[in-house]
Amino acid sequence: MTKESNNRMIDVRDVHFTYPHNNENEAVVALDGVSLHIEKGEFVGIIGHNGSGKSTLSKLLNAIIFPTQGDVIVSGLNTKDQENLWTIRQTAGMVFQNPDNQLVATIVEEDVAFGPENLGVPPLEIRERVDRALAIVEMQAYAHQKPHQLSGGQKQRIAIAGILAMEPECIIFDEPTAMLDPSGRREVMETIKRLNRDKEMTVIHITHFMEEIVDADRIIVLDKGKVVMEGEPRSIFRQVKRLKEIGLDVPQMTELAYELRNEGMKMSDDILSIEEMVNALCQ
Amino acid sequence: MSVEIKNLSHTYSEGSPFEFKALKDINITIEDGSFIGIIGHTGSGKSTLIQHLNGLLTPTSGTVLVDGKDIFATKKSDMILLRHHIGLVFQYPEHQLFEETVQKDVAFGPKNQGLSDQEVDQRVRQSIKMVGLDFEEVKDKSPFELSGGQMRRVAIAGVLAMEPSVLILDEPTAGLDPRGREEILAQIKSLHTQKKITVILVSHSMEDIGKMVDKILVMNEGEVVFFDTPNRVFTEITTLESIGLAVPEVTYLMRRLKEKYPEIREDIFTVEAAKKEILKVIRG
Repeated sequence: MTKESNNRMIDVRDVHFTYPHNNENEAVVALDGVSLHIEKGEFVGIIGHNGSGKSTLSKLLNAIIFPTQGDVIVSGLNTKDQENLWTIRQTAGMVFQNPDNQLVATIVEEDVAFGPENLGVPPLEIRERVDRALAIVEMQAYAHQKPHQLSGGQKQRIAIAGILAMEPECIIFDEPTAMLDPSGRREVMETIKRLNRDKEMTVIHITHFMEEIVDADRIIVLDKGKVVMEGEPRSIFRQVKRLKEIGLDVPQMTELAYELRNEGMKMSDDILSIEEMVNALCQ
Repeated sequence: MSVEIKNLSHTYSEGSPFEFKALKDINITIEDGSFIGIIGHTGSGKSTLIQHLNGLLTPTSGTVLVDGKDIFATKKSDMILLRHHIGLVFQYPEHQLFEETVQKDVAFGPKNQGLSDQEVDQRVRQSIKMVGLDFEEVKDKSPFELSGGQMRRVAIAGVLAMEPSVLILDEPTAGLDPRGREEILAQIKSLHTQKKITVILVSHSMEDIGKMVDKILVMNEGEVVFFDTPNRVFTEITTLESIGLAVPEVTYLMRRLKEKYPEIREDIFTVEAAKKEILKVIRG
């Protein structure tokens, strides 16, 4: 054992990943020497344009695919060791973009029970876990409903409950709000933030919506299979020009502040929220 | 082409215990060459509505007139012809790609319209160019080896190749990164200005809607809540929030600024417009 801290949830060490080949027999390099780490209880946002390697990374963390070179360590376990597979997948749960592709049962509570059932959890405990998970996502009232009658945001919260029922230490969200309307997006983001704040769940949130990660602990920016920026939201988003160059956005308020500064108005370059903008303009 | 929706109602599973009124007496007219945005939360009736516009669903009562012609009173063969004029790009249209090469995939629609090979070829080249792809570069590629954003464009090109007079897009930017979103929207905008086609855009992004459209149709529980200009609709913050919608971030900002600067305008929904107004009122 190395002497790394017990607080480390995920360690990605110089990982390369190459998809074997496409139709023209060219190998596609998706990750090109990525090293990063995530501490227990952290809320980390990951951004990057389509094809930057975000989804490949998330699949590596969940042991769906394995590094061509380098190591992925989840809670001290290397994804390369076959016998660790199920423990890792249980430790790091995943929520995907499309809620309709993730729900399997015809009744909400059965859907939430699907994961623990497959893990061989005893029936009485399954009952407890399902109730607990539904309470956390505030969907108890819908336990006996049919998933297809729920809104997008509600379906996504059920998908989250299904992961929670497996009692993971960490959840990876791969663009969970991409298909939702504004209220669905708000519901899901509130749930994710609450999980991190109140339940001390480690959260890795992959998104194209910059507003969703303004209060993350840390943001990691991927471009062309490499980590190109890493730091607190403020230090990342103040680099408006650089983010735009790699095809990304900044939160609307940050962009507005940037534009106003360019016009010569005096204003700090790390404004993230409406509140901060109001304060800056109403001194 | 103009689209007139008259007393349109649609009830799913009528008479069964699962009966659900998805549309309730909709009456609106979409003028030829206009650019319309449709917003509403999941289940508000948006998708049911657009599926009536090209005859994929038949109304329970009421009808749709396209250029004055009742599309449901006509013979089935006429309706098929009519559908050629109304292009519908579904959500995640890249899931509908199926051919071996990009060229073949885009050619599928116009081929079915019975055009000559030469005409088909010309349309395929044109529409691939219109969505911002290089024909020579992509024509022989499998659609499935392209990136998400490129696949989306190929799928849109497939609809454009049928040269519709009305183009309906259901969430064309969902799941795309910011640059991809901007590029697709810019191409839709230029299509609208260059070809003078009527565009109907369904979106959850209030920012995109605010930037692009002449008029917004707001739906809730199968009914029309507003059908008006962005300026008018986005000042109805309380109503919009009560039906699960929102206004662009900058609009919220302007409302807050109004407390200190009463003369500042609230009908602002793009960063660009907010910048101008703040410079004018606050910097003076």
